[in-house]
Amino acid sequence: MKFQLNGRAVDVEAAPMARLLDVLREECGLTGTKEGCGEGECGACTVLMDGEPVCSCLVPFAQARDTAVLTIEGLGGTHALQEAFALEGGAQCGICTPGMILAALRLPAKATREQVRIGLAGNLCRCTGYEAIYRAIQKVVDDGGLTLPAAARIIDGPPT
Amino acid sequence: MRTALSGLSLHQPATIASALKLMRGDPPPLPIAGCTDVFVQLNFGTLKETQFIDLSRIGTLRRIVVHDAVLSIGATASYAEIMRSRLVRQRLPMLVAAAREIGGPQIQARGTIGGNVANASPAGDTLPVLAAADALVVLASADGERRVPFTEFSTGYRMTVRRPEELVVAIEVPIVDGQQWFRKVGTRAAQAISKLVMAGVRRPAAAPSLAIGSVAPTVIRLPRTEAALGSGASVAAAQRILAEEIQPIDDVRSTAEYRRRVASNLLERFWTETA
Repeated sequence: MKFQLNGRAVDVEAAPMARLLDVLREECGLTGTKEGCGEGECGACTVLMDGEPVCSCLVPFAQARDTAVLTIEGLGGTHALQEAFALEGGAQCGICTPGMILAALRLPAKATREQVRIGLAGNLCRCTGYEAIYRAIQKVVDDGGLTLPAAARIIDGPPT
Repeated sequence: MRTALSGLSLHQPATIASALKLMRGDPPPLPIAGCTDVFVQLNFGTLKETQFIDLSRIGTLRRIVVHDAVLSIGATASYAEIMRSRLVRQRLPMLVAAAREIGGPQIQARGTIGGNVANASPAGDTLPVLAAADALVVLASADGERRVPFTEFSTGYRMTVRRPEELVVAIEVPIVDGQQWFRKVGTRAAQAISKLVMAGVRRPAAAPSLAIGSVAPTVIRLPRTEAALGSGASVAAAQRILAEEIQPIDDVRSTAEYRRRVASNLLERFWTETA
């Protein structure tokens, strides 16, 4: 099945009702996307599908056809949010971090604290108490704003 | 995932006509779209169905339009789409308020109003809104369409009048004349299933409409409470009638006693905040 993964056209074989989460981790070898609760409560498995944040544990693989999927690996390790999370202590055990960063990508460029709280309401963290995460995002907002990578959308039309 | 994938089949029709044909299968497939309920059950191995029909590729099923003064919301319109829709924001702001309090952004991007309706949970957050707004559920089968008042759609705990071969294709809402009000009470603002959820419409020269969730096997209207308030009874008198109209229970999310108290408080809030 064809879709765009982190900016590249890919063709992956997996069961249509497989969870997108499992296909990303097991078929595509991208283990940055974490499984937390497996029921859409915790947001650890958040990826962007056509720019929308989704819990990949609740997405049948068949629905990813022809969409653009962005995972934490698509940010390359050097995205401003990744650096800010590291600097501000926004990551401790690290399980929620990829989902937090993917969800934060969809915040308004100059998000207020209230918008950050609402935008991350679907992501649970049991380590930081959230303040360090909010601080990290605030830093990116102050340093020029949040931007959505081009790979979050289909780059060259549907993959062929 | 605790369900064996090899036993599952999935159809992805591109049109309503082909979907309705597939719904005549034996057994009929389980319709899916946002999967925010179905995949939870699938993951925990508690779903008995093995054949599925994905409605998300049918573009016409997610349209939000106004036709002859009726707001029609396609069954697969997501909560995020409902929140963004100018038509819904103008005509049914209490539905936008309900959509905002469902899950978080990830669930709002995927969950659909048709799923909320077809699931018929007594705690469904959009359902009191649809009950208070006198909405109709549009059901389609290969034989044609029928419209069922929302208040007659659910017949018991997670039971509805939908026939096995029918799909919920849209929700129709007439013009709501009056001031709309919505309130959900849960353990936290996001990602919580309601302990109690209430929607109301206050009208200047007629009885209000009031609907409440999580206090009975289905979401219910409160006809006697509405009539009391409409005839000029005091809030205290209406609260006594409300107590007779609801049958809350103790469960994992709350207690009957708490729900009685909160229902009474919400009625007062509704009446003072819309005054």
